[in-house]
Amino acid sequence: MASNSSGGGGSDRRRIAQQRLRIIAGHLQGPVDGDSTVLAAECKAQGSKTEVSSEGNTVPRRRQEIMKWNGWGYSDSRFLFNKKGQAEFTGKRYRLSGMIIPGLKDWFEGTFGANLQHKTPATPILTNTAVPPATLNEAFVEEVKSTGIPFSHDAEDRVFRAHGHCLHEIFALREGKIGRVPDMVVWPSCHNDVVKIVQLACKHNVCLMPYGGGTSVSSALECPPEETRSIVSLDTSQMNRILWIDEKNLTAHVEAGIVGQDLERLLNESGYCTGHEPDSMEFSSLGGWVATRASGMKKNIYGNIEDLVIHIKMVTPRGVIEKSCQGPRMSTGPDIHHFIMGSEGTLGVVTEVTMKIRPMPEYQKYGSVVFPNFEQGVACLREVAKQRCAPASIRLMDNEQFKFGHALKPQVSSIFTSFLDGLKKFYITKFKGFDPDRLCVATLLFEGNREKVLQHEKQVYDIAAKFGGLAAGEDNGQRGYMLTFVIAYLRDLGMDYYVIGESFETSVPWDRVLDICRNVKARIIRECKDKGVQFPPLSTCRVTQTYDAGACVYFYFAFNYRGLSDPVHVYEQVEHAAREEILANGGSLSHHHGVGKLRKEWMRDTVSNVGMGMLKSVKDYVDPNNIFGNRNLL
Amino acid sequence: MASDAVYSHKDPMLKKRDDFEDILEERRTSSDLRYALRCYTPVLYKGVTPCKAGVLKSMVLQSDQLLYVINQVSKESGRAADDVREEASAILEEMAHSLQLSTVRFFAFTLSKVFKTLFRSICVNEEGIQRLQQAIQEHPVVLLPSHRSYMDFLLMSYILYTYDLALPVIAAGMDFMGMKFVGEMLRMSGAFFIRRSFGGDKLYWSVFSEYVKTMLKNGYAPVEFFLEGTRSRTSKSLTPKLGLLNIVMDPFLKGEVFDVSVVPVSISYERILEESLYARELLGVPKPKESTSGLFKARKVLSEDYGSIHVYFGQPVSVRSLAEGRVNRCQFNLVPRHVPRRPSEEIQSFVNDSAYRLVRAQEENMVLKPWVLLASLLLQNHHQNRAVGQKPGMALDELTAQAMWLRDVSRQYGAFLHWHDHTSPSEVVSSSLSLHRGLVRVCEGRIQLAVEQGGQSGPGDPLSTATPEEELFSQAVVILSCASYRNQTLHVFVRPALLASAIHIASSNQKQEVFNSFSFLRNMFSSEFILCPGATVQDFEEACYLLVKTGVLQVTQQEVLVTERGHRMLAFLTSMLDPFLQGYQVVCRFLCEEDTETLTEKLFIPAIRKFIVNHLLAGRLRYTEVLSSDLQKNALAALQRLGAVRKIKGVEPGTLKVNRVMVNSLEDTLGGKLPTQKSVSARL
Repeated sequence: MASNSSGGGGSDRRRIAQQRLRIIAGHLQGPVDGDSTVLAAECKAQGSKTEVSSEGNTVPRRRQEIMKWNGWGYSDSRFLFNKKGQAEFTGKRYRLSGMIIPGLKDWFEGTFGANLQHKTPATPILTNTAVPPATLNEAFVEEVKSTGIPFSHDAEDRVFRAHGHCLHEIFALREGKIGRVPDMVVWPSCHNDVVKIVQLACKHNVCLMPYGGGTSVSSALECPPEETRSIVSLDTSQMNRILWIDEKNLTAHVEAGIVGQDLERLLNESGYCTGHEPDSMEFSSLGGWVATRASGMKKNIYGNIEDLVIHIKMVTPRGVIEKSCQGPRMSTGPDIHHFIMGSEGTLGVVTEVTMKIRPMPEYQKYGSVVFPNFEQGVACLREVAKQRCAPASIRLMDNEQFKFGHALKPQVSSIFTSFLDGLKKFYITKFKGFDPDRLCVATLLFEGNREKVLQHEKQVYDIAAKFGGLAAGEDNGQRGYMLTFVIAYLRDLGMDYYVIGESFETSVPWDRVLDICRNVKARIIRECKDKGVQFPPLSTCRVTQTYDAGACVYFYFAFNYRGLSDPVHVYEQVEHAAREEILANGGSLSHHHGVGKLRKEWMRDTVSNVGMGMLKSVKDYVDPNNIFGNRNLL
Repeated sequence: MASDAVYSHKDPMLKKRDDFEDILEERRTSSDLRYALRCYTPVLYKGVTPCKAGVLKSMVLQSDQLLYVINQVSKESGRAADDVREEASAILEEMAHSLQLSTVRFFAFTLSKVFKTLFRSICVNEEGIQRLQQAIQEHPVVLLPSHRSYMDFLLMSYILYTYDLALPVIAAGMDFMGMKFVGEMLRMSGAFFIRRSFGGDKLYWSVFSEYVKTMLKNGYAPVEFFLEGTRSRTSKSLTPKLGLLNIVMDPFLKGEVFDVSVVPVSISYERILEESLYARELLGVPKPKESTSGLFKARKVLSEDYGSIHVYFGQPVSVRSLAEGRVNRCQFNLVPRHVPRRPSEEIQSFVNDSAYRLVRAQEENMVLKPWVLLASLLLQNHHQNRAVGQKPGMALDELTAQAMWLRDVSRQYGAFLHWHDHTSPSEVVSSSLSLHRGLVRVCEGRIQLAVEQGGQSGPGDPLSTATPEEELFSQAVVILSCASYRNQTLHVFVRPALLASAIHIASSNQKQEVFNSFSFLRNMFSSEFILCPGATVQDFEEACYLLVKTGVLQVTQQEVLVTERGHRMLAFLTSMLDPFLQGYQVVCRFLCEEDTETLTEKLFIPAIRKFIVNHLLAGRLRYTEVLSSDLQKNALAALQRLGAVRKIKGVEPGTLKVNRVMVNSLEDTLGGKLPTQKSVSARL
């Protein structure tokens, strides 16, 4: 999605350019399939023309060159309140970049009781003395050196790989507090490098922690404090090539370190896409998706990661695990891919993945529907799921989130647009009698060929009409999706002004959706009150995915922590209570964020004792010495 | 918030209670008509709009749960689904309320008139009303009033109307429906009617539970029902019934609402309208069937003074906090929630414990009038003096002195006593006595129970023609009426009294020994008094705490010792429990002595009544109140629970099989002749 948005306005121009690129790329490719084995072996040959692509690689080894060390995303992109007290978004990368967002300040102050006078600035730079010295395994370091694989024990490099994006992790960084961090970072550039590193780690009993995009929100990257061995972060970011594309079978073989936006961009150049677009796709990696069972917003057309993956190669302490063929489905006992997917780095490193690709969609159209209330909205989504006609993406925001989205409207350029907006608002609230404090909005994204999209659109809007839904325009829809990727930037803004928050997700059967939304939101509010939070929290949710038998629900929760001595602890208690509430209401432990260390305590209840035993015995066989010692999941 | 508040029994002296306001005061000074016609705009749960009775019915008939059961019943019975649906609809028709504001206004008017004639005041704690108003806006609310009189639910609705609160829908027994016109009136004022028993009727249960849940979940109106199931004829709280409580907790447990607030309401009558009616009923004069003409005959009660009523709206109890850490709600994850299932054992025990807590919460806020202390003292005096052949009764100053002692003691034990401290004690005593002049009389300067003494009535007195048996019964009416007032104090004293009796029957002062006796007695009387199942140790500790605090006992690691000044209190407590101890022993003796081969449950009450009458007439039994069928039933239930009596499938249904050895040994243990067995389940 970021790639969609970063392109700015002219999508037509882009499409033409991409078409041209596709033709050129077709000329350059040559006999791709035949060479693939050779390629995998000679990974050092960076300049080789046979690989489909590795250029324009977004993620450098030194991530700090372009990314924040104590916040989300690119260093050049951030929200701030300018001298006039107006919110603006800096940089040039996003649609919202360089724009003034006039409504944000009022919303922010009104919702949280925050005040621009009360600032909580972050520690500006990382002081190396705060970083614990590296415990190096000299013999291991020596042998790695002899292989020529790049590595580092620079403090910044290590700190960067010691965290994901949980609130407590970022909060600590902003305060300049650094706990246990990896002692060393290595950057393999191909499968064979990984094989060598894993062998050496086994030989020298070093703890390995795979690192992909660092977007985890499950404490998965936290170094276990009890770990006494040297911890080596295995950063896959340099394994980022598409090794081949098979147009006959519509598959691509890709190195697992590639991040979502590069994968999409490079495939687009050949006229293809994977269609896998998790909200974190700018930074999260293919290997990370596999390791956490990721889900993309367009899964209705393309499927979740488990539907997309054809073949996985993973390096474990026992050796390399992979299937012998690429048959689309097999009856060969339990699917070994399902031991790998969701293993969260506890069994090995995913190095290469063959995944399905699709021709790029000819036509994309956003849309939105306003419902008089959340209940009607959910009923509509359920009906859409029942009729199996969900668009590429359909999301339903509750009233609070609708208002939030509204507050993020950039400054309009003409009086005419603001007049139109006023008219629209008048029509919905006055003429149709929607209560502005109850109405909610569904955002839609259609994809396919133009004719089918229009037909599909009509079908969905017809269903919506049965539930009192009114079409509310493309613009609202698009802004809804924009919110998804700027929200992480917004959290950093909040943290500058005493506001902390986070999102978490679950999946739940249809008949429970309304109940879980109501109860979890109410629980958050109640817990905040009980824990002494001085201001009413923001407690909101949205339904982000539909399935035949249920839906994925996202909760957003933030509060103003002025007056609390240990806000992170309070935050964690509330999130814990909210998770208990989710489970008590028939929700799952996680839909796609994974378990990590944050949600480990509920694993046994989730999968039963026997289930735990099964997973443990796999771990014990594959990694008896706990080389992959991040202690996630089990 | 609530779970602690409900069940904290640390220092009862520190219990905070609200003040009362008399709502009749305003009625006496302003127009009842204007009051009945005034603008009524109650706040509702999260601003829902009230829903028409018809809409509610169709919601119930369309509900997943009911549709599922209709299908199931149709499959099982081979009847057409439409047929079953018709039946469900008819059940609902028979059950549903049809609340109408006009009827409510009619009642508001008439009841104002009636209440002003009957009662001196109706006192309500307004802070409780404010809490309730708050609760109604936040969560669905269940009102749980105590049940001592027919008046209760009219009174509740009257109060809520007065304070502009949402009118409740009330679960009422089907017997009211028998009263032609009145039944419909009640229905229009918010009552819905349920059959007294519908054991195996799946469809009925389903319609009923769905109806209640639909009203509750949507927050249309507070749901009101009586946890005790029926009016208590003895003024003791009754063992709670769990059916409806189960139903109202279900939406929370299944996540259909965030929380449910349960508000225990304690209604205390200074003088119960049905006073002698209840006594007669307990003595076996059958209860007249509810009928409209019967109600009009009751008009003569209008001419009497029934003192005041105190209604205390307790702290709302959050079902969520009750369930916190007790119930794993994930158990509902694997079966669709509309598929009816028997509640798991975990849920059953949770609901049961909650029910006891709520009844205790009701008890705690029951207002005690000075008269209940006087009744306790006069009853004890009556039996003691008769036993030693003295003239019964006490001089006014003696009674006053004792009452003052008991006043102070009961306050220490946490009683919610309404004793005007600024009025002189003797005035308090005499005004109480005059309100209850039907039960007491003054004879030769002594105050005694208004019990006719055999042979004392002069010749020509029509009473002299009565048989001894008839005379006994007319005495018993007075005694049982008095006992019902004494019973109001039982919740204050029952745990210390059980401990006092345990000390009395235990063979030594050893703490473990005393605890065993306590545990035995508690187990024996758990159908008689409100004693939470499984809370033996807590109850023992509570009793010790109170008796130590009041200087009656010294409890060391090993021993339980009675202090010098503790004997008086201990004597009072043991005498309080003595009628029950004796009564249970008589029941045991009956089961051992009588020919019980053909005894059935149905025949038990008449047979034992005869047995007790003989004992009483022969002077082998002191306590007339043992004639109470309530006590007899509770004793039988206890014996069944302990396995000494079993119900078997004999020729007659409900034939009782008596284990005489066991019954005999229970009798001896109650009498202190046999040491209590070491209790296996609970040790200190």
